[in-house]
Amino acid sequence: MQDTMKKRASELLADGTIARVLGWKNGEFVYDPTPAVFDSAEELEEGFVYHDFCGNNLSKYLIKLSRLEGKTLVFLKPCDSYSFNQLLTEHRIIRENVYIIGIPCDGKLDPDFVRASGAEGILGITTDGDTIVVDTMYGNVTLQKNACLLERCRNCKSHQVMVYDEILGENGEINEACGRFDEVEKLESMTSDERYAFWRNELSRCIRCNACRNICPACSCEMCVFDNPASGVSQKAAADSFEENMFHIIRAFHVAGRCTDCGECSRVCPQHIPLHLLNRKFIKDINTFYGEYQAGAEAGSRSPLVNFTQDDCEPNIVCKGGSK
Amino acid sequence: MQVNQEFKPKIVAFCCNWCSYAGADLAGTNRSNYPADVKIIRVPCSCRVNPLFILRAFQRGADGVILCGCHPGDCHYTTGNYYARRRMTLLFSMLDYLGIEKERTRVEWVSAAEGAKFAATMNEFVATVKALGENKRLEDLRCKTQ
Repeated sequence: MQDTMKKRASELLADGTIARVLGWKNGEFVYDPTPAVFDSAEELEEGFVYHDFCGNNLSKYLIKLSRLEGKTLVFLKPCDSYSFNQLLTEHRIIRENVYIIGIPCDGKLDPDFVRASGAEGILGITTDGDTIVVDTMYGNVTLQKNACLLERCRNCKSHQVMVYDEILGENGEINEACGRFDEVEKLESMTSDERYAFWRNELSRCIRCNACRNICPACSCEMCVFDNPASGVSQKAAADSFEENMFHIIRAFHVAGRCTDCGECSRVCPQHIPLHLLNRKFIKDINTFYGEYQAGAEAGSRSPLVNFTQDDCEPNIVCKGGSK
Repeated sequence: MQVNQEFKPKIVAFCCNWCSYAGADLAGTNRSNYPADVKIIRVPCSCRVNPLFILRAFQRGADGVILCGCHPGDCHYTTGNYYARRRMTLLFSMLDYLGIEKERTRVEWVSAAEGAKFAATMNEFVATVKALGENKRLEDLRCKTQ
């Protein structure tokens, strides 16, 4: 796959269709690839990588890159394409300046799971269908891919690239029975006290590094409410349980109706807080109360929170059991 | 000296300028009784209240927060309360999801002619919050004043 992508990108660079390529390069280790911009075929040859650790959603970077002169080539996985559509809806990306190559995806790996499965000192990785072979400092380790997937990939909502100029390989299908709300339902069935204990346990680990906010394609405000020095919460480590609660409620609320459930927040959280459970709660509520809505499924759709009908449910529905 | 140990809840009521604030006014003019624990904050429209306002109220020591606006369809700005309704539904559901007592938050539609309803709503809400006791799950210890 990596070679096909490289080859196609070099062709497009050579014939002048595009001016730069947005892709991934290896970070300090092979399991932490970072997004990178390549301006020439040589740079591409040298640095471009694509393997099963390349989970990073590239859509957000196009906000800046699509404002540069010339087209930017971007590789979008299915879940990234939802974010792309959502950003188009919000007029954050200039579509004419982007050339999209859709790439099918059958799940990305969580380095923590790979390491926990016994592959310490990862040097490289090759995938062969359902098995992965991890090249480590202590020799090769063969693992089942399913056991090492990122949380979002276990409950993958769609294998279909929603927007592209060309696609490498076959486009996939939307996975209706993905079961991504199962965990939310499990929490909902707990008592209030149990839920409180659960979230206290999770959220109290928050170090307010803002990684979830910075990675989120929906969090694209130029000035975030949490950057306001007058707010008293800017760039401050949480000193009190209230702030942790507030930060996460407000963060999730600000992306409610716009969150495409790409799962980047949970992937980057250094404290492994299951942030997707907050976003999915909003998605689930919106689906139940206001009808099925998938942000980013099509560009230009109207988010449920900037819309209404005259016979919406009343807020006291929560007291009557809510979406349970 | 006997110290009064009875718990007095602090209630913040966001009232829209056009209906509920006038309704509260009418409750006063009619001499309807409602507890002095209710602190009214006048807002231009129920839609003005963003989720952060509700959380801030809890942070600064409120034990219950109620949002009052015009009845759906009667908004001075035509549609404001429809948006507020969706927003608050989702916010309350999220608070419940985080294990915060859902009885502490409420939305009521009170028109300018419903002074009696305003008083009755407040009496009932204060009683509910009083029964729940102090807000512990969304408090900010740094903001506690004794």
